[in-house]
Amino acid sequence: MTSGLFKRRTLIGMGNGVKRSVVLALVGLTLLAAPAEAEYGDVVLNKLSEKNGVRPVVFPHWFHRVRFRCKVCHSELGFKMRAGANHVTMADITNGKFCGMCHNGQIAWGANQCDLCHSGKRGLKSGIYGGHQTSGPGQW
Amino acid sequence: MVSTISRLPVLILLLVSMAAWAQTARQWLPLAKDGIHDPRNPALRLLQEPAAALSRLPADGAGNQVNWVHALERGVINPRTNILPETQVMVIDVDIYLNLRGGTPIVRFPHRAHTMWLDCTNCHQQLFASKAGANKLSMEAMLKGEQCGVCHGAVAFPLTECARCHNTPRNQPLPVGAIRGS
Ligand code: HEC
Ligand code: HEC
Ligand code: HEC
Ligand code: HEC
Ligand code: HEC
Ligand code: HEC
Repeated sequence: MTSGLFKRRTLIGMGNGVKRSVVLALVGLTLLAAPAEAEYGDVVLNKLSEKNGVRPVVFPHWFHRVRFRCKVCHSELGFKMRAGANHVTMADITNGKFCGMCHNGQIAWGANQCDLCHSGKRGLKSGIYGGHQTSGPGQW
Repeated sequence: MVSTISRLPVLILLLVSMAAWAQTARQWLPLAKDGIHDPRNPALRLLQEPAAALSRLPADGAGNQVNWVHALERGVINPRTNILPETQVMVIDVDIYLNLRGGTPIVRFPHRAHTMWLDCTNCHQQLFASKAGANKLSMEAMLKGEQCGVCHGAVAFPLTECARCHNTPRNQPLPVGAIRGS
């Protein structure tokens, strides 16, 4: 609710001092709000899934970063650092691209484990979710 | 207008309250109640619960409630740096001092903490030109998810953690040879 009232756009075009006090007020509000949400950094991929009759995909950053540094996915494998910016299809994955670079039965279990990736609630929008003490990334 | 003098006590108060918050016990929601997983998915129980993994890692008050810098530096985790054998893995240990003209504390940007996780190309040259002082940084842009805010607020510790970036007092001289950035 609070984050809705203080849309990021309202920060633009104000005087510096006002801007700073808004920043400070926002910090106070996020501390009070502490929303119960998805784990920080979870990404939902749902550009194609639901349209094609399967649940949205949930990608957990926290789980993967225990095992791989960011550079593995965002440099070696070429995942763009913008939720929704990668056009991932199931055919790519079974051909060893994107998630399929690892989920190939060698580095990690294979693409036949549909429900482990397609685990999201129906109706979710693509994007990055959740966060302890944040109203969600982009809204920190 | 809020002056520098009247703003500081507010900032300090906030930081203290954040630190107090960080002391309270860490809790993670079970996947079935996190609002994004389908609780009726029969495979849900095969997935690891965040609490099972994250409660064993060094504590922090925000984000994943894990201090990922400590987790890596102390060897609690050792995530892979590459999967292709030919990849060049590069870590540099150069600090750059930012926000030299502002009213809030100076920002010491540590290349080490970043290049332990990231490749140079994740930042250079799209997000930041690799030349001290060459970028026009702004807190406002970060709050909109740009610049430092591409990661901080999404995956790395969130922007509510002011003091982790604004980490260097303004009233003391910078170390000899300090690189002065934007
Ligand atoms: C490693 C994770 C992963 C696994 C395992 C997986 N998928 Fe996917 N799948 C994805 C991702 C990511 C997308 C793209 C999501 C989006 O944008 O909606 C996708 C997309 C799809 C789509 C959308 C249309 C298309 O062809 O791209 C269908 C249908 C689909 N998957 C079915 C399946 C089925 C059936 C299985 C099991 C045989 C499966 N998936 C296993 C990750 C996975
Ligand atoms: C196992 C692969 C993997 C690892 C490791 C990984 N990421 Fe990601 N990252 C992804 C995927 C997949 C997406 C979503 C891409 C999409 O939706 O098109 C993503 C998205 C992002 C985004 C975009 C979020 C937004 O707001 O749009 C950021 C920022 C990001 N990652 C940062 C990081 C950082 C920092 C690390 C290391 C701490 C990291 N990632 C580690 C796979 C990974
Ligand atoms: C750099 C390699 C890598 C990439 C790329 C990767 N994963 Fe994974 N993933 C792993 C490994 C390793 C595991 C753990 C496998 C195991 O436990 O045997 C894993 C596990 C998972 C899990 C299960 C987590 C749990 O709780 O057990 C999910 C869900 C998942 N990956 C989804 C994805 C999706 C979706 C993508 C693409 C958007 C993706 N992964 C890309 C390596 C990768
Ligand atoms: C990810 C690191 C990071 C975090 C977290 C962060 N800042 Fe900043 N901040 C910066 C950088 C870098 C600048 C320098 C931008 C510039 O030159 O104007 C800056 C500039 C500022 C400025 C404008 C310059 C000044 O000092 O007057 C203010 C005000 C500010 N930050 C307040 C905050 C507050 C309040 C928080 C916590 C809610 C915060 N910042 C969290 C990195 C950060
Ligand atoms: C490409 C992603 C990315 C960008 C952009 C980024 N950071 Fe970070 N930063 C990280 C990651 C990942 C960590 C490790 C800690 C974590 O994940 O919470 C980190 C850690 C830090 C730390 C270390 C804190 C400590 O406890 O030692 C500071 C300070 C910091 N960032 C400041 C900045 C500033 C200032 C900027 C902008 C000039 C910036 N970061 C831009 C990803 C990023
Ligand atoms: C998380 C983002 C990030 C990553 C990753 C990163 N840098 Fe930087 N780098 C910065 C920022 C921010 C500056 C300061 C720019 C400014 O002052 O405007 C900088 C400055 C520099 C400078 C200029 C220093 C000077 O004395 O002028 C060099 C050279 C540089 N980086 C090299 C590298 C190399 C090499 C790597 C990989 C090993 C790397 N950087 C990784 C963010 C990053």
